[in-house]
Amino acid sequence: MPDGERAVSRLLERFADALVSTGEFRGQHWAAVKRDRLVEVCRFLRDDPELGYDMLLDVTAVHWPEQPEPMELVYHLYSLSRNDRLRLKARAAERGPVPSLVGVWPSAEWNERETYDMFGVAFEGHPDLRRILMHDDYTDHPLRKEFPLYRG
Amino acid sequence: MSTRLERSTERPDIVTVNMGPSHPATHGVLRIVLELDGEVVVRAVPHIGYLHRGMEKIAENRTYLQFIPYTDRMDYLSPLAANVGFCLAVEELLGVRVPPRCEALRVICCELARIGSHLLWLGTHALDLGAATVFFHTFRDREWHYDLVEELTGARLTTSFTRVGGLARDATEGWLGRLREFTDGMPSRIDEYERLLTRNAIWLRRTQGVGVLRAEDAIAWGVTGPSLRASGVAHDLRKARPYSGYERYDFEIPTGSTGDIYDRYLVRIEEMRQSCRILDQALRDMPGGPVNVDDPKIFLPPKKRVLTSMEELIHQFMLVTEGFECPAGEVYHSTEVPKGELGFYIVSTGGKSPYRLRIRSPSFNNLSVLPKLCVGGLVADAVAVIGSLDPVMGEVDR
Repeated sequence: MPDGERAVSRLLERFADALVSTGEFRGQHWAAVKRDRLVEVCRFLRDDPELGYDMLLDVTAVHWPEQPEPMELVYHLYSLSRNDRLRLKARAAERGPVPSLVGVWPSAEWNERETYDMFGVAFEGHPDLRRILMHDDYTDHPLRKEFPLYRG
Repeated sequence: MSTRLERSTERPDIVTVNMGPSHPATHGVLRIVLELDGEVVVRAVPHIGYLHRGMEKIAENRTYLQFIPYTDRMDYLSPLAANVGFCLAVEELLGVRVPPRCEALRVICCELARIGSHLLWLGTHALDLGAATVFFHTFRDREWHYDLVEELTGARLTTSFTRVGGLARDATEGWLGRLREFTDGMPSRIDEYERLLTRNAIWLRRTQGVGVLRAEDAIAWGVTGPSLRASGVAHDLRKARPYSGYERYDFEIPTGSTGDIYDRYLVRIEEMRQSCRILDQALRDMPGGPVNVDDPKIFLPPKKRVLTSMEELIHQFMLVTEGFECPAGEVYHSTEVPKGELGFYIVSTGGKSPYRLRIRSPSFNNLSVLPKLCVGGLVADAVAVIGSLDPVMGEVDR
């Protein structure tokens, strides 16, 4: 079965009101959920015996400055028992806020710090939201699209 | 943030000590702020980012081919594995599959990289714990491995050997013969390392029951690779989601039971043996035929045709000056590199550069459990724990 297909259909059954859109490319399914329902949906994805996404592989963002909610948060989940991956997305304003997933998967702690550092998105409920790669006195968020590659 | 050597006013018996950023046991530029009660670690806060070069930003401004050299500089102990991982991700986006000979040579690259990376890990990890002899043995054999890498790719470290749709060059028969000598010779060398350590009383005292990572914690913290398998989780992407033809090879996934430093040691030792098994099969069943895809839109045409045909000349010119187009879409593709799951998430809006390239590096997540493993142990155990997690800062910071 293609990656994430069963999860997306389960989400359509259970959380149709929380889903914004779904899609597929090269056999990889993804689902975009409403930001305020993110934690609830993630708990379900982790705890549902049919899905069992026990691992949060990665948290990152994509910046679309021209779009109404320019920050697209992207989460890659993995289920060890089913060997299945799912890409979950949520939209937010330029600086967030986005609910933190640290309470669902502890690995979100460092990954959300990196996303905050690189994009300037605030994660609500994160226990220790500090920069991680850049130094503390740094003021920019380099992966945002308006940040230039060179500044001479 | 407290970073200087100082005493806390509420608890004067707690001393804050900086370990790193250039400490021999941090294996690169990693800084850990340790709070010590005597010799016991009560708090450990890692500070990373000293090797941050902004690779993900750079990728948005380069063609896909131009990004390959950057992948050398992530895990600089196994650049070949990252080369392969990146090209597989771009090929997934393009919907391209490379010929069987290329797949087999890429498997060889990945396993050579694994052996090379584990040899460095073993030598330095043992050196950190005072077993200096092991270092000389593993570095001698690592040199043997580097001679092979150099002959194959032209470089020891900055290999940049893969291309989207193929490889920079084919392997010669002579090289395959020399790789055969290495493959046949390594297992007895691994036996020698084991003779130095596996039943060594000091080694056992330093590693058994130290830095225990339970399976549920490893999973929750996104730990992958040998550190996850040492905790008893038999997860390896080469088996779970085979790529580059790994499903055709017969090999085993070693796992540990307690998840201590000793288990992580045993798992990596056995992985080197299994890598030799894979190399042996790849050499035995090496397919003939072309190495690269025959698609001048993405892969450089052979030089002979470039010099004799106008169309090929144009293709070469376009590929070199502008790069190839990728369709709009997004893929996440990951491979099992020596440290764990290396994933590339490419968002393409069409065009010649990714709109966004995300690198999911195994060392980053693996390092995030460090405080958990250090607290409650001795300072000397922190040194052992870092070595056993085998982080590479080039890959943590990207």
